[in-house]
Amino acid sequence: MTPGIAQLAQTLRARDTTAVELTERALAAAQARVGLNAFITLCAEPALAAARDADAALATASASVLAGIPFVHKDIFCTNGVRTTCASRMLENFVPPYDAAVVEKLAAANAVSIGKTNMDEFAMGSSNENSCFGPVRNPWDTTRVPGGSSGGSAAAVAAGIVPFATGTDTGGSIRQPAAFCGITGIKPTYGRVSRWGMIAFASSLDCAGVLARSAADCAQVLAAIAGHDARDVTSAARPREDYNAALSTSLKGIRIGVAREYFGAGVEDGVAGANHAALRELEKLGAILVDISLPNSALAIPAYYVIAPAEASSNLARYDGVRYGHRCAEPKSLEDLYTRSRSEGFGAEVQRRILVGTYALSAGYYDAYYLRAQRVRRLIANDFAAAFASVDLIAGPTAPTVAFKLGEKSADPLAMYAADVNTVAVNLAGLPAISLPCGFAGQGRPSAAGAGCAGAASHGLPVGLQLIAPAFGEARLLNAGHQLQQHTDWHMREPAP
Amino acid sequence: MQIDHATVRHIARLARLAIDDAAAPALAEELARVLELADHLAGVELAGIEPMAHPHAQTLAWRADQVSEADRADAFLALAPEARGGLYLVPKVIE
Repeated sequence: MTPGIAQLAQTLRARDTTAVELTERALAAAQARVGLNAFITLCAEPALAAARDADAALATASASVLAGIPFVHKDIFCTNGVRTTCASRMLENFVPPYDAAVVEKLAAANAVSIGKTNMDEFAMGSSNENSCFGPVRNPWDTTRVPGGSSGGSAAAVAAGIVPFATGTDTGGSIRQPAAFCGITGIKPTYGRVSRWGMIAFASSLDCAGVLARSAADCAQVLAAIAGHDARDVTSAARPREDYNAALSTSLKGIRIGVAREYFGAGVEDGVAGANHAALRELEKLGAILVDISLPNSALAIPAYYVIAPAEASSNLARYDGVRYGHRCAEPKSLEDLYTRSRSEGFGAEVQRRILVGTYALSAGYYDAYYLRAQRVRRLIANDFAAAFASVDLIAGPTAPTVAFKLGEKSADPLAMYAADVNTVAVNLAGLPAISLPCGFAGQGRPSAAGAGCAGAASHGLPVGLQLIAPAFGEARLLNAGHQLQQHTDWHMREPAP
Repeated sequence: MQIDHATVRHIARLARLAIDDAAAPALAEELARVLELADHLAGVELAGIEPMAHPHAQTLAWRADQVSEADRADAFLALAPEARGGLYLVPKVIE
């Protein structure tokens, strides 16, 4: 079993290893698994320099628990002096002159970034096939997608290259790849983690978060990156809770609403079964399962696929070939410069969403599409508010299926969008949610507990359980996840190397 | 839902994206399918429901009107495909 953060931190403090050694090992593992295509940029030299600094910090008493722990950043976070592409030809050679807030905070904790991970272009996608650097492969079955858009981050953690990764989640981009890759992923409340220096997709939905093996590891990292940042005007001006202290709280009496709609049509039997099994485990720990309804769930995908493209079309208007990013060769006019630079720089899905968003915001359609979607957004948020009047958490499958085959859905945008059916509502309402490994489905039967980890062929593919909390309820989510993981071992299963 | 080629070209023009004439019919069909999704919103009863632009009914924070960052114009201009003398260069707009 690949060690987690607490174990690595302990080993570092016992002088059984060094940050430099861990970093060299992580870099070697990344090289060995180059076929996964999880990385866009590996940063060996800066990583080793940071590791030496971490070793120096570890010699003092005040070192952070993350000091010397190797990890990876999704290539959507600006990194000073290290190219940041967003997996787009538009930013293929973009080297930011500053660090994102999340990057600053993890660097200040002396965590060691070994590179930037592959993703769907501008975070638009659910399979990591929309990358100008090619698709990422799922470590459980390399003919399958890792999910998206934080697919490289999820694959790097699942393959044991690093114990944690940063990611972003606009409609499920942390939770769905975490589910597909058999790891834990938390999307915090909107505004809990600063978006400063995080390349924008849909600004009223975008959240930075964490992918790791366990809820306890997510707690350590979230504690380091959460908090108010005056540079992000949507950052929440409230202190963060003590996520680590909350982990050990008993689940006795906690009320978990099982959302009927999340087990609806399109949810594979194996996925539903694994979720019910995990919910029974939570019940054994004292949780009370309550049947609930979120009646407007079916409207989440339509509302999301108006609002997110609308915001994207506005955000991506900044890529004009003038100040940074791709510029076409020999522009004949300013108009030609804009149009050709954008058409050459953006991939097909990004262009499709810009066009849909432009349409939804254009004169004559704004009320019928954008304004209407924003009103439906409130209906969806109201559903959650009503449910949380009687339950503490809401549960359901993170994704309706296990990881699908590369190419299986890439020709049909609507089939791809349906992969987000249980995740987008959470972003629309701005709530926190976590995806926890909860078993295996498809391609054979789940293995008996502890019966080895031979991989997808005999054990099926990972399934995720999503738990949703009221705004700023991250501590409760991490607590429930940790308690489940103290009593089950789904999160400890690893794909064959 | 039908989107004609003229509409596709108009939207593409607004978005400053070039549409290949040969690709326009397929794109029109694709956009129509995506927008059909949005048509599911058409019948929803929304009387008295206000639009929601921000998840937490929070207004954007204000800050004092003070310089908060050092002048890094050179670092930012260095990112430009073409810049000279502290200015971004673009093709001539006025002949």
